[in-house]
Formats: sequence, structure tokens, C-alpha cells
Amino acid sequence: MTADTTKNKAEIQTEILAAVMHDRVAQVYGPGTGIEGLVRLSGGASRETWSFDALLPDGERKPLILKRDPLDEQTDTQLIEGEVQLGVDRWTEGRLMQLAGEVGVPVPEVPFFLDADERTSAGFVMQRLEGEALGRRILREDAYAKARPKLAFQCGEAAARFHNIPTDRLPALPRLPVAEALDYNRNVVDSFHQPHAGFEYAFHWLRERLELAGDRVGLVHGDYRNGNLLVDGDGLAGVLDWELGHLGNPLNDLGWICIRAWRYGYYDKPVGGFGEVDDLLDGYEAGGGGRVSREALHFWEVFGCMRWGVICMTLAFTHISGKERSVEKVSIGRRAVEGEYDLLQLVD
Amino acid sequence: MPTDRPNAAELVEAVREFLSDHIAPNVEGQLAFHTRVAINALAIVERTIAQGGAMDAAELDRLKDLLDRDGNLEDLNEELSRAIRAGEMDDRKEALLAHLRQTSEDKIALANPRYLTKRG
Repeated sequence: MTADTTKNKAEIQTEILAAVMHDRVAQVYGPGTGIEGLVRLSGGASRETWSFDALLPDGERKPLILKRDPLDEQTDTQLIEGEVQLGVDRWTEGRLMQLAGEVGVPVPEVPFFLDADERTSAGFVMQRLEGEALGRRILREDAYAKARPKLAFQCGEAAARFHNIPTDRLPALPRLPVAEALDYNRNVVDSFHQPHAGFEYAFHWLRERLELAGDRVGLVHGDYRNGNLLVDGDGLAGVLDWELGHLGNPLNDLGWICIRAWRYGYYDKPVGGFGEVDDLLDGYEAGGGGRVSREALHFWEVFGCMRWGVICMTLAFTHISGKERSVEKVSIGRRAVEGEYDLLQLVD
Repeated sequence: MPTDRPNAAELVEAVREFLSDHIAPNVEGQLAFHTRVAINALAIVERTIAQGGAMDAAELDRLKDLLDRDGNLEDLNEELSRAIRAGEMDDRKEALLAHLRQTSEDKIALANPRYLTKRG
């Protein structure tokens, strides 16, 4: 009975969305354009992603993806909670992808947006590119054997390009310079009322070395890692998931892509489980980001380990507080020690 | 805690085996994933029951040495966290780091022992 009701609701939602997309593709690509194969993709619980093709009157087929907010008004689980809310809206996310594409970052094209109205929540539509985004498969499968050795350099190059987008060209974004980012994470840990000496040491260590972070401010992707990279046989095909984009120190992205959590067991390859730090930094320089010192990267790796630990705790406390009971979320809490262990190996 | 058999460890082990042998092979998709997560969580509990007591005792000894005072695990950890934040541990950095590293290593041995050795 319940299953039937759910199924009907899903079917109705799909029909409504099909009508919305039909209208929009006709506006964008001209009358007579239709859609085909609209299907919801699995993945993020806080966002809906849908796959479909636009069929133009001349027979051209455009493979597309819609990413939109959830229809029910459920508040999204913030990765980091605090005074500053990270997490941009779908229009901003799509706009960041367009801007990144304009400066030569491989990203899916974003041809149009959806406004929230009585039929749909807000969203944006992007090109459906061929490739693999699952971190483990990228590291394991033969199809990506030739791509893997190139990825660290390509990731450095791509990051340098979007980090250099002039800030006056960016849409309004949350601003989180390093000192605030540090406070922000410490406040999150404090909110759990669970004294944590290991992370306390990280906060203290980072606080005393803020000058290593550098004072650059630019577009930070915010979740730049293996898992948010679309990879094909030739290498990096697209940088995905820009929803944690913010203004901050761009090197944050380089530290984040190096933490062990994104190596999926391939621990001897520091960059995303596929590459070497020298290649990442060479690529960054080649992309116009300048020469990043090992000391600066080290600071941001420690920061990244700390942040991973805090995210794990945050997810666990989403369960513990009763906000969302989930065996998966509460279990991730025990992964906080991975960040703690790694950062304690990195610090002096 | 009752000393009657089955003890807590044996009950948790039985539930983990049940999930592994009878549920995991018969479910798929999200349910299969959550079943694996649940099996892992129970394995953490089993390791904690087996090794946690000795780890706690050793941690308490280290904390007493480091802070040069008596207390229980909770109080001394709270005190240590406060002292680190206040910069009061800076003159004992080597001993502090040795303690923190040992503590994190113990915790990871409970949470995910493969993390310390896994390659590829």
C-alpha cells in the first residue's frame, strides 16, 4: 500500500517535470524540441539529479542532466554548520560552472536554468558528458589506466584557472578566509560538547601558522577531490559539484585533494589516489597559479584532515541529535579519527 | 554487566554473523550498502569490547602523567583540550604529541584497523 503510494507520487513528479522540461527546451532550442528518456539518477539525497535528452527538430540529440533542489522543503544538511552557511543555490552553482568553463576548466556546459515555481524547484541543466565520477572506479578500472598518470597535473592546471577568475566577475558567494574557516570548524566541534584533544591540537597548530596559508582570496571550489571529478580515457573531463563554492584561500582546494579520504586505499598516491604532489603543483604553475610552496600545501593538508574529521563528526551528530537517524551517518562519525590520525602524523 | 553467557561480545558477534550470512546475500542496492555499514559498526563494537578497556587504562595513565594530576578519562580529556587551546601545553609538545598519536592509533585500531596497513 505504502509502496504503491510512493511509486505513484514518483510517477506524478516525473510527469510534471517532463512537462516543465518540455516547455523549457522548446524555449531554449526552439519550437518543436522535445525531450526523451527523463529518469531520476541515484546519488545525493539533498539534491535531485535527472538525466534526459533534448531532441531538436533537425534531429540533433543533446544529452543533458538536470540538478535541482529537492521538492519538499527539507533543509539541507550543511556540511559545516556555523554562522556562515556554506552551500550556494543552484543558479550560483550553475553560474560558477559557466565561469569556470570560460577560463578553460573542463566542466559540463550549462545551457539553461530553472526558476522555482508551482511546478518545480530551482535548478540548472548541464551537458551530460561521458566519463566516470566514482573515485574507486577511476583508480581501479583499466579504462582509466592511461588517464590516471595525467590527472594530478590536470587537476592542478584546472584549479589554477578557476582560482584566477577575477573576484568581481563572480556571483555573490559566502566569504570564508582562513582565520574564519578555522574558527568556524572549532565552533562546530564545540557545539558537540565533546572535548577533543586531537582536533584541539590541530586548531592550535593551524592558528599559530596562519601566515603559511597565504593571504590570497579567490574562488574556492570547496570540495575539490577524487569523487567530484569526471574522468574519461584521456584524463580530466569535468570538474563537478560546485555547490560548496566560496571565497577563500584557493590553496584550500589543493590540500583537500591530497587528503587520504579521497585515495580510496591507494595511499601511496597522495593526490586523489592517482598522482603525485609534484605533478599537482607543476600543473598549478602551468595553469597560471604560481609556484605553491610545500609549506603552504602542508598547512592546507593539515587543514583538510581536520576538516574531514569535523565533517565526519557533523554527520554523526546529525544522527545523534535526532535530526536524521541513519546508521550510515552515525557510522561515518567513527571515520573522524582518520582525519585526526593523519593530521597528527603531519604536524610537529 | 551480567557475567552470564552469552556476554555482550557474543551477542553482538551473533547479530553481525546473522547480518553477514543471512541478510547481506539477500539484499541489494541501498539496503545492501546499509547492511555492510551495520556489519562494520558491529565489528567496531566487538573490537571495543575486546580492546577498549586496556586502551582506556593506558590512556588514563598517559593523561595523568601529562597533566600531573588525578581524575577520570572524561575530566582529564576535557582538561587537556582546554590546556591545548590555552597554549599551556606548548612546553610539553613532544610528550603531548606522543600521547595524541598513541590515542589516535588506538582509536583507529578499533574503528578501521585496515587504515594502518591497507595498500591498493
